[in-house]
Amino acid sequence: MTSTTTDTNTSTGIGASPVRPDGTLKVKGEFAYSSDLWADDMLWGATLRSPHPHARIRGVDLTGALKIAGVYAVLTHDDVPGVNRFGLEHPDQPVLAEDVVRYQGEPVAVVAADHPETARRAVAAITVDYEVLDPVTDPNTAADRPPLHPGGNVVRHVRIRKGDPGASASTVVSGEYTVGMQDQAFLGPESGMAVPAEDGGVDLFVATQWLHVDQSQVAAALGLPPEKVRITLAGVGGAFGAREDLSMQVHASLLALRTNRPVKFVYGREESFFGHVHRHPAILRYEHGADADGRLVYVRAEILLDGGAYASSTSAVVANAATLGAGPYDVPNVHIDAIGLYTNNPPCGAMRGFGAVQACFAYESQMDKLAAALDLDPVELRVRNALREGAAMPTGQIIDSAAPVAELLRLVRDRPLPAPAADDPRERPGGVANTTHGEGVRRGVGYGVGIKNVGFSEGFDDYSTASVRLWVSGGEPVVSVHTAAAEVGQGLVTLQAQIARTELGVRQVTVLPADTSVGSAGSSSASRQSYVTGGAVKAACEAVRAEVLDLVDAPGELYLNGGRVVDSAGATVAEVADLLGDRVVEQTVEWRHRPTEPIDPETGQGRAHVQYAFAAHRAVVDVDTELGLVRVVELACAQDVGRALNPQAVLGQIHGGSAQGLGLAVMEEILVVDGKVRNPSFTDYLIPTTLDTPPMAVDVLELADPHAPYGLRGVGEPPTISVTPAVVAAIRAATGVALTRVPVRPEHLVLAESPPHADTLVDDTE
Amino acid sequence: MRVRIEVNGEQHVADDVWEGESLLYVLRERLGLPGSKNACEQGECGSCTVYLDDVAVCACLVAAGQAHDRRVRTVEGLADGDRLDPVQEAYLVSGAVQCGFCTPGLIVATHDLLRRNPHPSDPEIREALAGNLCRCTGYEKILDAVRLAASRSDGG
Ligand code: FES
Ligand code: FES
Repeated sequence: MTSTTTDTNTSTGIGASPVRPDGTLKVKGEFAYSSDLWADDMLWGATLRSPHPHARIRGVDLTGALKIAGVYAVLTHDDVPGVNRFGLEHPDQPVLAEDVVRYQGEPVAVVAADHPETARRAVAAITVDYEVLDPVTDPNTAADRPPLHPGGNVVRHVRIRKGDPGASASTVVSGEYTVGMQDQAFLGPESGMAVPAEDGGVDLFVATQWLHVDQSQVAAALGLPPEKVRITLAGVGGAFGAREDLSMQVHASLLALRTNRPVKFVYGREESFFGHVHRHPAILRYEHGADADGRLVYVRAEILLDGGAYASSTSAVVANAATLGAGPYDVPNVHIDAIGLYTNNPPCGAMRGFGAVQACFAYESQMDKLAAALDLDPVELRVRNALREGAAMPTGQIIDSAAPVAELLRLVRDRPLPAPAADDPRERPGGVANTTHGEGVRRGVGYGVGIKNVGFSEGFDDYSTASVRLWVSGGEPVVSVHTAAAEVGQGLVTLQAQIARTELGVRQVTVLPADTSVGSAGSSSASRQSYVTGGAVKAACEAVRAEVLDLVDAPGELYLNGGRVVDSAGATVAEVADLLGDRVVEQTVEWRHRPTEPIDPETGQGRAHVQYAFAAHRAVVDVDTELGLVRVVELACAQDVGRALNPQAVLGQIHGGSAQGLGLAVMEEILVVDGKVRNPSFTDYLIPTTLDTPPMAVDVLELADPHAPYGLRGVGEPPTISVTPAVVAAIRAATGVALTRVPVRPEHLVLAESPPHADTLVDDTE
Repeated sequence: MRVRIEVNGEQHVADDVWEGESLLYVLRERLGLPGSKNACEQGECGSCTVYLDDVAVCACLVAAGQAHDRRVRTVEGLADGDRLDPVQEAYLVSGAVQCGFCTPGLIVATHDLLRRNPHPSDPEIREALAGNLCRCTGYEKILDAVRLAASRSDGG
């Protein structure tokens, strides 16, 4: 809803870090987030959700709700005019439950009222007659339980087969690892407003990651053609994957069309925990074999990912866990089975790192175990096996751009270590709770390195659309850029303007609000928007530039710079303002990255991914071994970003991603017991604060990928992946306790069977 | 009930306020001041931080009635027209703003910190801002912003 204009010179093109165009509004409190929308006659929506993880609905009685003054509509699945199903990959999820609910928190009915409290009371006045069913909650046995969906409880099984399945090795380590359910915990809860339109359609203002996939799903549910569902991006308070699926979009639209009034939804924090998918919890069983020199001979793994009640993006998460499951290492023989399952646990889908996070915790834990078994330094073992450009992935795909895995590891290893903790309680585990004066506190250092695919994979038609206009205003050439790409905080609005300034040599660039009146930009996920929408904006600018230069009658190469057409010597050939006069040059381009291909269903072989990205971390921790309290003292990160189009934004991604991975290592878990969430609040689900997050030293490499726009490499996810195993390795080094699960909790350290001892890495899981 | 509050130097009156409404709700939904954010409404995130008679509070934890006849200053009241407060300016140029949902609360909290302690050490900054969650930045650039604002408030 916010149009952002920048007026700066061309030194604010790519490679610079200009101030965000939306930044001034944000620091003044004037940026319009989706929860800030307001209309004179608007109503408030609220949702009735199932208290049971699995139940049959025998009846719903709305009369109590309808009697309350100020209630304008109460709707159930009977009121969904179109298809009562949505879903990113498989439309298996009801907009409103029909005869069955499959998870705690599943929407059953929605209400519109004139005050949010009235709406909540109306929700409480609806009575639902549930027949409670036995929930399927254990992913180990889910495949053999009664099916929750017609096709059975396996969402997808991906097999990777490379080399000799019977390979043997002189040194073998194995382990079973567990990753808890993490929440994206963006700060701005799900919210938005639907406004009924004269044409019988709806205008929807919402915080989302992918406008067009929302549009097609909302239209299908409303039984409307897509052009009657017009979506505009409202201000987004963070995303991290949690806004890729629908939340309130259809509900608000249904109520708006029924009441003929604007309807606004704002989830509270508790509802937000039920309002979006989470990171898949995982059970990972690994065996690594290596020769006497520490060269990996084989990796075998079975990975179970709990997708919860609906598929969401489970299929793609499973593919990532499988294809990236051997890590950033050159392994001749790989045998991986990754299986995504339906259960009655909360639905899981996209979260930053997307399948690569879970696998990385397991394979990096294994690498530390292997290093200990071989009596090798953990960094040295990794370097010996590091992927390089030209190496083959377990899918057979050859890595055809930089893969500086060894270099990233050396960079973090060679950084000076932080000083010992000062004699100040704030620098000790437990902080000002003053739980130790330093006795029982041990320091540990650990490493992790990870790999992530950038963009959508497996043959998906992954593209973005950009519309760029150049005209003269006030005697000066000005540009507008229009895409449907979601700015979720990462700085995409800044970047789009930077690209336009660089390509068209102008000062003034306006990035128009993202909406569905322009073609799809794809999702702000998979670390892909700088690459794909950046590529689209660049291509549209090139088309505009070609049209402008066509107007010039001069020999040789010509360029646009500083509002002028210049030749290769920099001499002015023409002023763009004179050249254009009243003419408006506009070009719309749909831009695609190189195609990928599906993987073979039996062997997993195929060119599945468009680009790989790598990051490494070193973590330093202090652990109070008596209380099991951990303080992360410092994180060092090294990442190759191909080219830093906006260095400040790159650092922002690395810092923020690292903090989220730290959260998974030592704090963050949605506790699910018998299918029910036990901690849906920021009181009980803890994310890192300023006291939990340490200083971060960052090395950024820029090794250009010749296949990508400007040589860039996706940035957002890699730092979230490698930090978690690094922190856990550091805790193992400090305590000697075998740790096989994240998040690590104090009881894992204090009640461990093996007595803590400081200087060896042991693991007693066999 | 009727609630009368001076917000950012202006008298405001809200009618028909329900007893359960928070100061945050009244600011956002009744007085047209949505700058203070509502990330938890439970006192856990600090995104709703405002001054209530010169004390920084979580507006979500203050009942609207408790603010009757008192003075409130929100993030919208810090800038002088187009001239940003030094704390706002420091957040902007330091890259401390990503999605920005935490920003209004953090800016008020930082403003309050620097009023009480113009030259905070890093541990003091971390302690003072520990009640303000940010999910995007990992706090590195937020610390930079606070240090920058502190150095500038000194005139250099
Ligand atoms: S909204 Fe008030 S502390 Fe979170
Ligand atoms: S910038 Fe997004 S929560 Fe802080």
